[in-house]
Amino acid sequence: MEQKKHLLAPGHTACAGCGLSMGARMVIDAAGPNTIVTNCTGCLEVFTTRYPQSAWEVPWIHSLFENSSAIAAGVEAALVALNRTGEAKVIAQGGDGGTADIGLQSLSGMFERGHDVLYICYDNEAYMNTGIQRSSQTPTWSNTTTSPTGKVSYGNPTRKKDMFKIAVAHDVAYAATATVGWDMDLKKKVQKALSIKGPKYLHVLVPCPLGWRVENKMTIKVSKKAVSTGLFPLLEYENGKITATRKITPEPVLEYLKMQGRFKHLMGDSPEAKAKLAEIQKIADENIARYELKA
Amino acid sequence: MKKYIEGSMAVADAVNLCRPDVISAYPITPQTHIVEDLSQLHADGKFKGQFVNVESEFSAASVCLGAVATGARSYTATTAQGLLLMAEVLFNIAGMRLPLVLTCANRAISAPINIWTDHSDAMALRDCGFIQLFAENNQEAADLHYMAYKISEDNSVRLPVMVNMDGFLLTHAFEPIDIPTQEEVDAFLPPYKPEYYLTTKHPITMGSMVGEDGYMEVRHYLEEAMKNAFPVIEKVTNEFKQKFGRYYGTFVDSYKMEDAETVIVAMGSVLGTIKDAVDLMRKNGVKVGALKVRTFRPFPEKHIREALNNVTNVAITDRASSVGLGGILASELKGALYGYTSVPNVTSYIVGLGGRDITVKTITDIAGQAGAKFDSSKFVELDKEFMKKGDEYLKTI
Repeated sequence: MEQKKHLLAPGHTACAGCGLSMGARMVIDAAGPNTIVTNCTGCLEVFTTRYPQSAWEVPWIHSLFENSSAIAAGVEAALVALNRTGEAKVIAQGGDGGTADIGLQSLSGMFERGHDVLYICYDNEAYMNTGIQRSSQTPTWSNTTTSPTGKVSYGNPTRKKDMFKIAVAHDVAYAATATVGWDMDLKKKVQKALSIKGPKYLHVLVPCPLGWRVENKMTIKVSKKAVSTGLFPLLEYENGKITATRKITPEPVLEYLKMQGRFKHLMGDSPEAKAKLAEIQKIADENIARYELKA
Repeated sequence: MKKYIEGSMAVADAVNLCRPDVISAYPITPQTHIVEDLSQLHADGKFKGQFVNVESEFSAASVCLGAVATGARSYTATTAQGLLLMAEVLFNIAGMRLPLVLTCANRAISAPINIWTDHSDAMALRDCGFIQLFAENNQEAADLHYMAYKISEDNSVRLPVMVNMDGFLLTHAFEPIDIPTQEEVDAFLPPYKPEYYLTTKHPITMGSMVGEDGYMEVRHYLEEAMKNAFPVIEKVTNEFKQKFGRYYGTFVDSYKMEDAETVIVAMGSVLGTIKDAVDLMRKNGVKVGALKVRTFRPFPEKHIREALNNVTNVAITDRASSVGLGGILASELKGALYGYTSVPNVTSYIVGLGGRDITVKTITDIAGQAGAKFDSSKFVELDKEFMKKGDEYLKTI
């Protein structure tokens, strides 16, 4: 069988086991060559476009950290103005910081104006490009360099900002969550999204072995555990309804957390550690109930 | 055909005649009338491109960046706080060598908040890589846009252009303006046909990461592009003069400077007042003239030097101040004169900040101080009562 050429070429400089590089490759392969991509500043831009090389086989542009959505809006407006809408679909992409923090305003504007753009957030749950600092997507009690554990700290005290709900609140044409652990599900969602006109949002969980403190070979396994514990539900929103695309037989969150060094401090027998674990379990339980995840 | 219209309407008409594909803007006083007029042209089917109403100036500039990168002629307008919010994107547009025309309705920067005429906004962005042109009146403001696109899109330049017009004093002033026909503009400004842009027919990567092995070289080419802009600005200005019969100077423009001993240097609408003051002083036998700096970036060192060659005294008025340095035009102009044996006495004056009137008397007073010691942060005509109260209060804390 002939090997299909990837639209994100190999030879880029991502770390071994990088979930983001897998996710980005799956997305662009599913989207196909008739796509124009806009990209936030971050790991993806750095490891795929170190001058004079580029891993991108599709037209691709990076401008700044916080304007991938607004650049995509401009690309789409230009395609309409120049009668070139048949030429390409537009994908805007960024990491969790570029999407949920510094780029949230321009993303909201892109949604609200109804641009025919699919926005992809590659969520590795911290600012990994700058060295594992917390973002609004960093999970509760995770250890990062700006939410470190210490004598009086158990890590990041806040809860993940719910970007899926934020997208749905904008009445987007389509919204979904996915992860690299379930590649066919991810590709199907990309293709479905691109078949719908209007603003679309896809939130993809992409483990970062370096930042999550997991072995390079564990990327797929750990991303599947995020789903099977209920901490990262695979969801889809279309026609005004939210549905779970993957039912689970819930595993305790401990099964997911114990795989990762960023939660190592929660593994002791102290009452405090146990209380923090219970808090995280409660988040999973709430997801399971809200989205009726149980098989 | 001459129409008696507001400066903003003249600019909107001019921009529309340039056939932009994508316009994106965010409202801010005193730029609002320009985008309102363009919105109306869109609503009436006269502007046929895409009008993208965004949630901030930051996104307005970003939408334009994306549109130009996709091969569309694009336009935006802003002022003051809006220009500062765009700052990161404007550096990026220039660095990526994307042609764009932006109108800046020059206004003061907060704090204290103030919406009136001032050049602090454009001056703060003087290093961003945009060509910066300053209009003296509304006919020039409108005409600069036809020229700006042609300069910006020239292959040897490929730099964005900021057309500066004084907020309120020009944007809100009514004057009879000659608006050319579409055929005349089309004959002057050909469609935008970029060499490279985002297309699936020939995929390219734009905005890639360049390390220490190439960053300096790329920035060097940006500097070269600014140098290349000199002959292009000259060519385009002359062609405009030929086709439309209007000329406002190229890089600088001199007024009654033939035998002038003292010359007032300025940018923007204040030149009208300065010319009146020059006329008045000449009636009284004072040998005085005026020099308008029309192109601020690229900075026309050579042209300024040549213009001031036989002058004894030069008084520079700045409608902005680099806090900690003082007059910016003054500082750069002094630099242009450095190393030459026969240089004039140079004095520097900060005038007209935040919409403060600059009167004929302001100018004649400045001319009267010709030959005074250089003081780059001399604020002219400070209110004595205000200062007395302020000084008293400062003593109490």
